[in-house]
Amino acid sequence: MKPGRLLRVKGMIRKEWLQVIRDPSSIAIAFFLPMLLLLIFGYGVSLDAKNVRIALVVEQADSQSLSFAGGFYQTPYFAPLALNSIQEAETALRQSKVDGIVWLRHNFGRDYLRKDSPPIGVIVNGVDANTARLIEGYVQGIWFGWLEQQAERAGKKLQSPVQLEQRIWYNPEVRSTDFLVPGVLAVIMTLIGALLTALVIAREWERGTMEALLVTRISVVEILLGKLIPYFILGMGGLALSMAMAHSLFHVPLRGSLWLLLATSALFLWVALGMGFFISTIFKSQFVAALVAMVSTFLPAFILSGFIFDIQSMPPIIQGLTHLIAARYYVSILQTLFLVGDVWSVVLPNAAALVGMGLFFHGMVYRKTRKNLE
Amino acid sequence: MGHRILALIIKEFLALFRDKKSRMAVIVPPIFQLLVFGYAATFDLEHAALAILNEDTGGFSRDLAGRFERSSGFEVVGYLRSEAEIAPLIDRGGALLALHIGPQCSSDAARGESCNIQVLIDGRNSNTAMLALNYVRSIVSDFNEERAALNGAKLPARLNMRAWFNPNLESRWFIVPGIIALLAMIVTLVVTALSVAREREAGTFDQLLVTPLRPWEILIGKAMPGLLVGVGEASLIIAVAVFWFKIPLVGQLSVLYPALIIYVLSIIGVGLMISSFSATLQQALLGAFLFIVPAVILSGFSTPIANMPAFMQALTYLDPMRYFLTIVRRVFLEGAGIEYFWHDLWPMSIIAAVTLAMATWLFRHRMY
Repeated sequence: MKPGRLLRVKGMIRKEWLQVIRDPSSIAIAFFLPMLLLLIFGYGVSLDAKNVRIALVVEQADSQSLSFAGGFYQTPYFAPLALNSIQEAETALRQSKVDGIVWLRHNFGRDYLRKDSPPIGVIVNGVDANTARLIEGYVQGIWFGWLEQQAERAGKKLQSPVQLEQRIWYNPEVRSTDFLVPGVLAVIMTLIGALLTALVIAREWERGTMEALLVTRISVVEILLGKLIPYFILGMGGLALSMAMAHSLFHVPLRGSLWLLLATSALFLWVALGMGFFISTIFKSQFVAALVAMVSTFLPAFILSGFIFDIQSMPPIIQGLTHLIAARYYVSILQTLFLVGDVWSVVLPNAAALVGMGLFFHGMVYRKTRKNLE
Repeated sequence: MGHRILALIIKEFLALFRDKKSRMAVIVPPIFQLLVFGYAATFDLEHAALAILNEDTGGFSRDLAGRFERSSGFEVVGYLRSEAEIAPLIDRGGALLALHIGPQCSSDAARGESCNIQVLIDGRNSNTAMLALNYVRSIVSDFNEERAALNGAKLPARLNMRAWFNPNLESRWFIVPGIIALLAMIVTLVVTALSVAREREAGTFDQLLVTPLRPWEILIGKAMPGLLVGVGEASLIIAVAVFWFKIPLVGQLSVLYPALIIYVLSIIGVGLMISSFSATLQQALLGAFLFIVPAVILSGFSTPIANMPAFMQALTYLDPMRYFLTIVRRVFLEGAGIEYFWHDLWPMSIIAAVTLAMATWLFRHRMY
């Protein structure tokens, strides 16, 4: 190590730290932002449709119709609304008062007894296609349960050629919180990393203090280290807070090991801070850097990381593009560490990609900063 | 007075667009993001990786497995030879689900008993897991129905399912109109949230305050770029949604545009409020994110509001994006007229009025 380097880096850290403390917004970014976002994401983002408002139209109150309709009152998935005619129900659907209609015609019971296989009309509002599909799945479940029950009452077993047994691994209750909260951590860390650092280098250039720094004996590496370390410590604080909240508030199980979680998170934070520095160095103006940070951090991490939209379902070109998003690798690691365990075949390649991206960002920052010396 | 405001408006446009980098940062990303997100943001299951373990050699199980091989929802990534291969494959994400047909399947079926099959699904993404399960179920029940029909048996009752407004349940039809609301918000906020803070930091805002311009004139000057850029970009995005993504626009543009303008005004109000609250650009950037992220989550863009707990649902009423999102989706897909979304329009107008008034007041009464 060059003589005096430790001293100079320490001085730089001290200066940066004072700036952090004097502008309350950095502290807010590191601690207030993750808390707020975790609460909003944790409670606000759920794909589990419950209490779906559904219109039940039973035209003839015979025992078959009533026993079928009764199934809708016994599940937490539906909040049924009994209506008298299909016209009323269609109006309600059009006015968004219900999300679906189940319609038993007046001859349902009669045709059932005649073994005519009467149809049960189901109409869903397809605007929200995902929820519509879940509703259809729930209705199928009720329908199938009812068929079995009717067969049992008649003293038979419902004999179908193929019986399906299903198991959903890692998340048997299919709680969407368990899958979303780990992803939320990645989005939050992306924001913290970029917000903390997107303006810090641009600010020095804009105010002319960067030139002042460059004429001192301090080297570029020392400047960058001095800037990285305080924000890294702040970011790790925010990270620890978010993880503790994810675990205690939302009861997401952690099946992998804590040290691996912390190590990969530190790695990701390093990449996210690097991205902020990168934006800051390239644009050299706080205004433009802030514009770029706004349009390039949150939405890509939100939509292209696999946090909520499955990457496997995207077209191949878009799947290729997601490889440019650092959050993508971290989301993969997090979902696996939280729900499955230390699966090295998932963790290692993703961590390697993060190392590569981090080296790119920090390397570019180093190169661009040095160039301006000349 | 008129030319005073005009001069200010011209100055605001110059401040935003004179610099090539900031011009690019405002105009290019939304179009690019619409194209990328329009394809990326999908809840539809396509080509889900399926592994098949068929221990049976009979025709019955081959027929059943064939149904999975031919369906567009699944893509067979491998045929396994033993049960022990399943767990490692799913663990490392090599397959989303595995279908296991036992050795007795065909002989059970031949004896008139049920053939038991097992499906194991990776639950890391619970939504994908549910979709895959529903898909498997519908393949199996179609298969059952056909088999039963061969023996002359009929189910005692059948389901007849239809979806209105989006008959094939394409989630893109739901997401792309949402992206219109999303990007219109981001663009408008980008233009407005930094504009006052930037002048505060440079010290030029105080100079503006000592000119004869009244606060409401400053408001108009600061709001115009946001309004023009916001509505302009939104129009471009609407065109791409209709002509590129072929999202059906059932309703009238003439009912969509008033709603769009009120929406953009409410975002301008929020943006200018954040901006006049902040003393530095760093604070304005933080403020912008403190608004954007909750606004997107609470709007119902990606996950339905109905799934949220009651207190979160109450919070969504403060979110202007919530209202416009509902309106734009309903106008696009349902062809809803103004009488169907009047109750979404007036709260948004109140938000616009309150935030714009607050921003004007904050010009002169800043916190520090």
